[in-house]
Amino acid sequence: MAAAAFQGGLLLLVPLASAKDSCVECHGNMDGTLKAPVTEYTNDIHAQHGFSCADCHGGDRNADDPEAAMSAAKGFKGHIARTAVPALCAHCHSDAALMHRYKPQQRVDQLALYVTSVHGKRLANGDTGVATCVDCHSVHNIREVKDPLSPVYPLKLPETCARCHADAAHMAPYKIATSQFAEYRTSVHWEALSKRGDLSAPNCASCHGNHGATPPQVASVADVCGTCHVLFEEMYNKSPHKPAFAAMGAGGCTVCHSNHAIHKPGIGMLAGAGSVCAQCHEANSGGGAAAAQMAGLLTKLDSALNQSDTVLNRARDSGMEVSEPILRQMEGREDLVKARVAMHEFRVASVAKPVADGLAVAAETRRAGEKALQDRDSRRVGLALSLVTILITMAGLWMAIRSLESKPSAVPKPAGR
Amino acid sequence: MATATRPGSLGSWLDERLGLSALREFAAHKTVPLHSATIWYYFGGITLFLFTIQVLTGVLLLLYYRPSPTEAYESVQFIMTRVQFGWLVRSIHSWSANLMIFTAFVHMFSVVFLHSYRRPREITWLSGLVLLGLALGFGFSGYLLPWNKVSYFATKVGTDMAASVPIAGHQVARLLRGGADVGGATLTRFFGFHVAILPGLTTLLLVVHLGLVQRHGMSSPPWSEGKKLAQMNFFPNFFLRELMAWYAALGVLGSLAALFPWELGEKADPFGSAPAGIRPEWYFLAPFYTLKLIPSHVWRIEGELLGLMGFALLAAWWVLLPFWATNSQGAVRTRWVTGAGVALLAYLVTFSLLGYFR
Amino acid sequence: MEQERRSVIRWLLGGGFAASIASFLYPAIKFINPPDMPEASVNEVSGGKTQDLKPNTGKIIKFGSKPALLVRVSDTEWCAFSAVCTHLNCTVQYSGARHQIWCACHNGSYDLNGKVVSGPPPAPLEEYAVNVRGDEVVISKRT
Repeated sequence: MAAAAFQGGLLLLVPLASAKDSCVECHGNMDGTLKAPVTEYTNDIHAQHGFSCADCHGGDRNADDPEAAMSAAKGFKGHIARTAVPALCAHCHSDAALMHRYKPQQRVDQLALYVTSVHGKRLANGDTGVATCVDCHSVHNIREVKDPLSPVYPLKLPETCARCHADAAHMAPYKIATSQFAEYRTSVHWEALSKRGDLSAPNCASCHGNHGATPPQVASVADVCGTCHVLFEEMYNKSPHKPAFAAMGAGGCTVCHSNHAIHKPGIGMLAGAGSVCAQCHEANSGGGAAAAQMAGLLTKLDSALNQSDTVLNRARDSGMEVSEPILRQMEGREDLVKARVAMHEFRVASVAKPVADGLAVAAETRRAGEKALQDRDSRRVGLALSLVTILITMAGLWMAIRSLESKPSAVPKPAGR
Repeated sequence: MATATRPGSLGSWLDERLGLSALREFAAHKTVPLHSATIWYYFGGITLFLFTIQVLTGVLLLLYYRPSPTEAYESVQFIMTRVQFGWLVRSIHSWSANLMIFTAFVHMFSVVFLHSYRRPREITWLSGLVLLGLALGFGFSGYLLPWNKVSYFATKVGTDMAASVPIAGHQVARLLRGGADVGGATLTRFFGFHVAILPGLTTLLLVVHLGLVQRHGMSSPPWSEGKKLAQMNFFPNFFLRELMAWYAALGVLGSLAALFPWELGEKADPFGSAPAGIRPEWYFLAPFYTLKLIPSHVWRIEGELLGLMGFALLAAWWVLLPFWATNSQGAVRTRWVTGAGVALLAYLVTFSLLGYFR
Repeated sequence: MEQERRSVIRWLLGGGFAASIASFLYPAIKFINPPDMPEASVNEVSGGKTQDLKPNTGKIIKFGSKPALLVRVSDTEWCAFSAVCTHLNCTVQYSGARHQIWCACHNGSYDLNGKVVSGPPPAPLEEYAVNVRGDEVVISKRT
């Protein structure tokens, strides 16, 4: 029974794979731009599910005669106008029952989102310079998003957006900056994506949305960043910066961290020449003083940890076993991370607590390192003592030999061999 | 030196039961020839002394070591960090192992250059080479026991080489590894080799080797034949000097252990990749580097196989040294042997250095 | 003179010999004496007393060289995992409110089987075995 059902299933697949498609047959024998779509289509996900050119372009895939195949009567549309593209794709992709046949989990709200996006709104007004489905997903060789060769695969998505958004000539009429891609490429998020291969790191769509692509509202920046950076959002929302930035119409996290050029943060952002706080707060103001204090606390912990690292490394390099204190040191580093996180409440007291914990760890590990160095020294003292006893014994042996051999009776007798 | 014992003393009581006076007689007559190369006579004794150190420190380590992949590394770490003077015992064991193999090679080359292998000491030579092989076996098996990354991969490379020998290679490698791959079975097996099988065989061979040395006495170099060399009593004169050498060796070992403790490394991860620049311990560097130089195929024969065959031939030739070194008239071809010895020494030194620095 | 020299030799030799033997035997004897912590805890670690952890809470315990998370799900149910997040190695924590294991660094969540529920972690947490012996909780690696 099961075998019969299995075989039946196989039979279903076979006709689909080799079902008649006159579009492919004819255009496959042509050259240049008329043949190109056929070649590309072999990689297309739609082809794998048995769809034909005619399913988008209309016409009759079973007719061999070009006029019959490409007749208006059979619904042949020919080249699809850019403004008509979203509706055409949505014809299937917004049809829940149809999509359910092929991919039950697939979303069907892409068009609904698209029309809310800047691209969708402008397209509706006749602007053909904006992105449509085929600009991002490609047209005849559409691959699944999870396919690394797809233009919307997380690693490739920024380039795809940049095709327009980094093109100064293209963006000129829209008066939008074109530096985002270049800035994004300097960011820690791009580094996580491209160097570490961490596909969970944000690309353009993660913050801007993909089909409903719209830059986050100023008021919602912290929420968007907070989808991953939860603790920071919580702390920021409790901090005095939230109402202050809201009043200024400034965008939350991006005020200090930038939107696209998000670099690795450091104590240098709090105090010193590159201080971000100093851009608003005067040095002697409440905020300025708090920034200086927090920077001081973080620096104190960082240098305490570095100092005990030095001691531990010296001990380790002299051959002492200090793997346990080195492990404990990791907890101290975690405390530093917690302190840097706590800084986002913008209150000195919040930073002081993890710093105190971390300083305790640094003191402990430093003591362990110093003890290891003391042990090393006492080993050397022990060595010196045993070397002394060895030398004394060797001296005694030497003198015994001398005394033995200076006596006349100790003259060795010649023996054979 | 009086060889008779006082009646009624402990000595005479023991002598009646153990026959010690015969031993004393023998010991009193043992002598060492004095000539320009007498210093080389110390090296056999130093090797024996270092072996004794290995046995003593090894037995101590046995009290804490656990031969399983989940516990081996941790038990060595335990010895290094928690056991009192564990660092000392372990570092002495590791340093002494290297020193012992070094002195064994010095001893062998001194025998070659002083031509002590010649009649009637051929069996002494053969047993000595077997002992050298056993020492290398000790080194190879002991190296795996801490179960760190370096030792795991060194063992993998070493047993892979054994596997590439034709016909019997795979079986030999299986026997060594205790299975198809280097793993827990290998560790258990190497532990068995290291603490039971090899010590047993070594003890046997040592009895033969040392017994033969006593029987034949110390050999004099060929250029002294016909001359009457001055002799030194072994007991107490030479032995006191040997004691000085042994004490010096102890001092060196202690200093090395305290100043350059043997490292723990990182725990072996069979699924991890080999550390970059992995290479065996220094005493295997020369053959290792030679194999690296041989191209992967030479006239259709696999390069590694060619290399191993070469080593086998070299070893066989070296083992048979006393036999090809003597011509049909019974005279020793001293020039040839000295030349061969210099050539082998030069090869070993050069390739070991190359293997270390490249 | 001869006698003096002889006795100097005797003292040096005898004394040096005795002292050197003592300096060899002393470490050997100390070595044989087992240290206070005789077990190298590798595969097993104590998670404390059962009373120390309330139901629906968790705590971090050092297991070998890495942190482990012990969770008391209910009065009788316990589970333990490696506390190293599989995303970027932060230390995870138990969230009683959500009955999930959560990582504060980038909002990754795991369920009580260690499987990733949401967020960036690419792999599940390694699970450890928990046994309650009397009133002591013992965590061990699964073999």
